[in-house]
Amino acid sequence: MTAPVQTGIGGFLSRFERLRERLPGDPRQRLAAADAFRRAGLPGAAAGRREEAWKYTSLRPVADAEFQQSVTPLTSGSAVLERLPRIDAPRIVLVDGVFDPALSTLPASVTFTRFADQPAFGTLARPNSEPLVALNTMLAEDGVSLAVSEGVDAGLLLLVSLATNGAAFHPRHAIQLAQGARLTLLELSVGDGAYLHNPVIEVHVAEHAALTHVRLQNESPDAFHLSTLYAEVAERGTYDSFALNVGARIVRTEVHARLDGEKGTTHLNGAQLLGGSQHADFTTVVQHVAPSCTSRQTVKNVLAGRAQGVFQGRIEVAREAQKTDGYQMNQALLLSPDAEIDTKPELEIFADDVKCSHGATVGELDADQLFYLRSRGIPDAEARSILVRAFLAEALDAVAHEQVRALLEQAVEGWWERQAA
Amino acid sequence: MLEIRGLSAAIDDKPILQGIDLTVPQGEVHAIMGPNGSGKSTLAYVLSGRDDYAVTGGTATFNGHDLLAMEPEERAAAGVFLAFQYPVELPGVGNASFLRTALNAQRRSRGESELDAVQFLKLARAETKRLAMPDDMLRRNVNVGFSGGEKKRNEVLQMAILRPKLAILDETDSGLDIDALKIVARGVNELRGPEFSALVITHYQRLLDHIVPDRVHVLAGGRIIRSGGPELAHELEAKGYAEMVAEAA
Repeated sequence: MTAPVQTGIGGFLSRFERLRERLPGDPRQRLAAADAFRRAGLPGAAAGRREEAWKYTSLRPVADAEFQQSVTPLTSGSAVLERLPRIDAPRIVLVDGVFDPALSTLPASVTFTRFADQPAFGTLARPNSEPLVALNTMLAEDGVSLAVSEGVDAGLLLLVSLATNGAAFHPRHAIQLAQGARLTLLELSVGDGAYLHNPVIEVHVAEHAALTHVRLQNESPDAFHLSTLYAEVAERGTYDSFALNVGARIVRTEVHARLDGEKGTTHLNGAQLLGGSQHADFTTVVQHVAPSCTSRQTVKNVLAGRAQGVFQGRIEVAREAQKTDGYQMNQALLLSPDAEIDTKPELEIFADDVKCSHGATVGELDADQLFYLRSRGIPDAEARSILVRAFLAEALDAVAHEQVRALLEQAVEGWWERQAA
Repeated sequence: MLEIRGLSAAIDDKPILQGIDLTVPQGEVHAIMGPNGSGKSTLAYVLSGRDDYAVTGGTATFNGHDLLAMEPEERAAAGVFLAFQYPVELPGVGNASFLRTALNAQRRSRGESELDAVQFLKLARAETKRLAMPDDMLRRNVNVGFSGGEKKRNEVLQMAILRPKLAILDETDSGLDIDALKIVARGVNELRGPEFSALVITHYQRLLDHIVPDRVHVLAGGRIIRSGGPELAHELEAKGYAEMVAEAA
């Protein structure tokens, strides 16, 4: 006879109790995170509690879901292996959050260590204020740490997460670029069945270094993908990210970017393509701490069915951060009358010489454009697809790496075909 | 052959076309002239399938096809082409890829083989050259940042590439200078032949000096009030619409 699977906060906490002797890293940090998680719970899971940072997104379905308690991940022979992209570049593959050496080809110019071997929780993550970070800090078993040395251009690296049904995993990643280093990281998340992928990523970009971070979240339709990323950018450094969300049932893409040195730049761009009853929440906090930094956020949503898109963007400009240039734009294309977009921009400005703006647009497909295309002989479904891709073109065109952009376009195409089916 | 019988149409319950009878035999070019608000553009939209107009009566067939029962893309594949009075801008859609998609969609629906990118570009470049248009027209986004004249020329380029059997030109001359007007007229005249018919909708007689029609029809109050040869356009120019409408009443 099998015992009933414990779900929710209690399920995660009892898993921690069973695993804690074996978990790598500082046990005090684990315990503190467990305390924080016990206090905070999962946002939206308890009735009557509503946090501002989770105004539009409830993780109640995550609390209600059952996850397998096995520690050893399932590998090999799985259909998800076919989802590995055919891109000629080194790749680090994790299966259910655990590094898989057989599927990986390690990069020559990036120093790679496993969290399981050298556990470090970093300096930016805040388990006390972010419940998912508390959950991750409590249960992280593995993850990758990537470091690029001074002046090295490491080219393209793939970080792939393959997931299997029933898994709940909380990988802990760290990326460090030393002075003048460059890296393009393609992060791809795919899987089969219902599972929870709850990564925490910490990024440090040193002076004159540049990280291009392209994230393709194409998880299984029954999955939960809840990611939290912290980035710190030094003088004249660049953290340039683009996240494409097409998969999963509930998605949270939370990014905290801190511009710490003069003339730093960050782009937190994204596109969310949602259908059915998908829910994807794109939440960003950009902190302009040093003067003369630039931040750009353009997030485009294409929403079909009863899907709900959320954009919460906050720009904080410190008193010292004069000559800040901040821009935020959220655009939504609603393909169905039941789709919904919620937008909450926030500007908090303490400096007096800054340029900060934000905007939002919501619309449907343009009837004149649609008729124009059809009057030229292009069938209705194809015409709609052309207009959706045109809406996304500006965002995708900003991805410079050709093979990576092609992979994103393929994901957009796949999404469209699923909607049409 | 285009045959329109008793065609009536309304927008938001307001009747605009009130029983149009018109036949354009294969190989002929007919002009439709009329004052503002007479229903000229409505006729163009109804024939090409824009769905914000409600057809309230009558029929329209083209080479035996019941046009009014067809989707806009089906009409296009059957050979109907509308040159828009106000061509639509498509940001994020390249002109060449738009044209190739359109051409291949039409070819596919007719059971013809599709053109690959190289074959298409060869054809498109030849047509741009023939119409004295700059090559970069193909590289730009559809009509985005085009001047009024460039937009109209782009309509003619599309027509040249898609090779329709029935072209409906909705005030293609409006906003054109004389050089652009000549280019547009040449585009139409080069397509003329036994397989090509056109309905040239215009406010002014000027365009008809360059595209000489076989027949001219005057549309007023949603009805054709007079039909005649090319000389009718000159009569209209001399008298003005008001007098002709009064005579017909």
